[in-house]
Amino acid sequence: MKWWRDARVRGIIWQVVLFLAVVWFGWSIYDNTITNLESRGITTGFRFLNEEAGFAILQTLIPFDESYTFGRTFLVGLLNTLLVSFIGVICATLLGFLVGIARLSSNWLVQKLASVYIEIFRNIPLLLQIFFWYFAVLQALPGPRQSMSLGEVFFLNVRGLYLPSIIQNPGFGWVWIALAVGLVAGYFYKRHANKVQNDTGKQLPGVRVWIAAALGLPAIALVMTGMPFDWEIAKLQGFNFQGGITIIPELGALALALTVYTATYIAEIVRSGIQAVDKGQTEAASALGLHNWQILRLVVIPQAMRVIIPPLSSQYMNLIKNSSLATAIGYPDLVSVFAGTTLNQTGQAVEIIFMTMGVYLTTSLIVSVLMNMYNRKVALVER
Amino acid sequence: MSRKPPVGNRGAVLWLRENLFSSVGNSVLTIVVASLLLWFLPPILDWAFFSADWFGTSREDCTSDGACWVFVTSRLDQFIYGFYPEGERWRVNLMFAISIVLLIGALYEKTPFRHLFALTFLAIFPFIGFFLLSGGVEGVPLLDDLPAVDTHLWGGLMLTLILASVGIVAALPLGILLALGRRSEMPLIRTFSVMMIEIWRGVPLITVLFMASVMFPLFVSSEVEMDKLLRALIGITFFQSAYIAEVVRGGLQAIPKGQYEAAQALGLGYWRMMALVIMPQALKLVIPGIVNTVNELFKDTSLVLIIGLFDLLAIVQAALNDPKWLGYATEGYLFAAFVFWIFCYGMSLYSRNLERKLDHEMRS
Repeated sequence: MKWWRDARVRGIIWQVVLFLAVVWFGWSIYDNTITNLESRGITTGFRFLNEEAGFAILQTLIPFDESYTFGRTFLVGLLNTLLVSFIGVICATLLGFLVGIARLSSNWLVQKLASVYIEIFRNIPLLLQIFFWYFAVLQALPGPRQSMSLGEVFFLNVRGLYLPSIIQNPGFGWVWIALAVGLVAGYFYKRHANKVQNDTGKQLPGVRVWIAAALGLPAIALVMTGMPFDWEIAKLQGFNFQGGITIIPELGALALALTVYTATYIAEIVRSGIQAVDKGQTEAASALGLHNWQILRLVVIPQAMRVIIPPLSSQYMNLIKNSSLATAIGYPDLVSVFAGTTLNQTGQAVEIIFMTMGVYLTTSLIVSVLMNMYNRKVALVER
Repeated sequence: MSRKPPVGNRGAVLWLRENLFSSVGNSVLTIVVASLLLWFLPPILDWAFFSADWFGTSREDCTSDGACWVFVTSRLDQFIYGFYPEGERWRVNLMFAISIVLLIGALYEKTPFRHLFALTFLAIFPFIGFFLLSGGVEGVPLLDDLPAVDTHLWGGLMLTLILASVGIVAALPLGILLALGRRSEMPLIRTFSVMMIEIWRGVPLITVLFMASVMFPLFVSSEVEMDKLLRALIGITFFQSAYIAEVVRGGLQAIPKGQYEAAQALGLGYWRMMALVIMPQALKLVIPGIVNTVNELFKDTSLVLIIGLFDLLAIVQAALNDPKWLGYATEGYLFAAFVFWIFCYGMSLYSRNLERKLDHEMRS
């Protein structure tokens, strides 16, 4: 056999060729970039992160004003991305499970309504939905002086949703401690209850005790320390509301659109997961005398979770990535403040784009690791 | 003698009883949901259809208190063609016509030479379309006579369709190569493919588009002028090829090992084995998956508005900011949503239909 017909030799040649091509490609890009940056007078490196930013941001979870650095804008944007992603994941999961189960309802009307919802909202671009909620719905709300209000405590107007906030007075720390103690104690009690059930078959009220401990202990602490907190209710002062917690319309529109859009996918995942559970399981559970709700909660959903978890985790990743559409309506997420404003101010496109992409890659990785851990817990254990 | 079934066990009554009023809880649910629907559906229908204004030229033509579709109908041309010069729009229409003929030929099952239609659409049509739309190619008969139309004038639904179809046509071969690379036994090629796929899939399309619009010009030597549309298309293609690669990988994994062994036993080399035996089977399996990817891409094309291209959504958005037409956001967005919805729902019906057929074929 001629040497060039040998699969191994050819494999090595192919790889060397690819390697050289990638190296050449990478080097030429690097060379061009350096030349171009020099000719435009842009410095490279990450020193810009320590420079003063000089612009304000609409909403920040940590203190921020013009005198903070570009490094801080990165952090502010990252936290805002995480905030909207977190809200989105929680709400989309709840709505998705609800609609997914409704899709299998024996009630014709409910089932059709769920299908119509899914078919409408999954086939319209997310960006369009964000625009719709932001420009057509939330911008049509009345101005601050004509705010809609619920019991003069919650206010809704074109500037946002105003909720009362809690001001913690000295002594409130005990409530947090009580909450932590309650959660930990509940956890150990649940473990004990599971062990008792495994050993003897006797069912102790596990989850209920946990909830009681987590809510009851802080309540007791509140009473014993003499209610050391005040409500701060938003008040109309001049042209705007002051005080309380403000949910800006940008956040509201983005979270709403992410929830409504992603929930359609989650609903379909939940439906196919439930349908994947053998019908005999439902029949057997029903023969044991379980109610419909118990069958769903104790028999069907735990088994469906095995099918649901992997695609669900990719929906979570999609939601986090899609939160970057924030930039279109000006919610100050990572892409908007860092890859947008900061990039325009410093011109350091290469560093900023790579840092932004790096954040999303890392987040995807973390979500997939966490979901895989959970998946391993629910996966079928076979010999 | 057979007895007739009781009245309650027949027709509409039975259907109602089984589907809406099977238990107390169900009946309550039905009544609540039905009254909610009766409460908010009629006003919406009234607004959108019965007391809406449809035709005219300015907002003065909107006299009733319903929807003002005049906003949409008076700008329909712009929504479809963007800023493409009016005298040249027949070129766009011709391109639409060709693509519809080719697509129907490729998708309808009883067409003779069906594969030829598909191949033409995937391999030849993009070039025809591009030269037809941009025109002004010197030295080529026919094209020489067409006035050149710069890509920054392309917009509207036409641009949306171009982005989606070019994105998919270019991403398909790249995606197939990446999928093969990911399953290759050569470690360097495998690692490279895995990295390409995971990186593109791990970042949002917006950052890819940002990269295309601000970084690509830095990557190439300064003499090369890169068109904005071209840059966006390159970004979309790479992004899309990673998703295609994963879909194709699924198909490759579904082909039994015996097929590979049989092909090797026939003395076929790697490329001929893939091209003649494995790929035709794998691709057939993943067509529904590819259609779903196209569906996602079609919706995602709307993101190009962030880097300043005027696709359908961007042009509607721009029209909404026209001082003469302020306040018709709902109508504008509903129209854009309706157009996107028609395309995407059509695609998802087609893909479901294919899945059912495939399922049937696999079983028989």
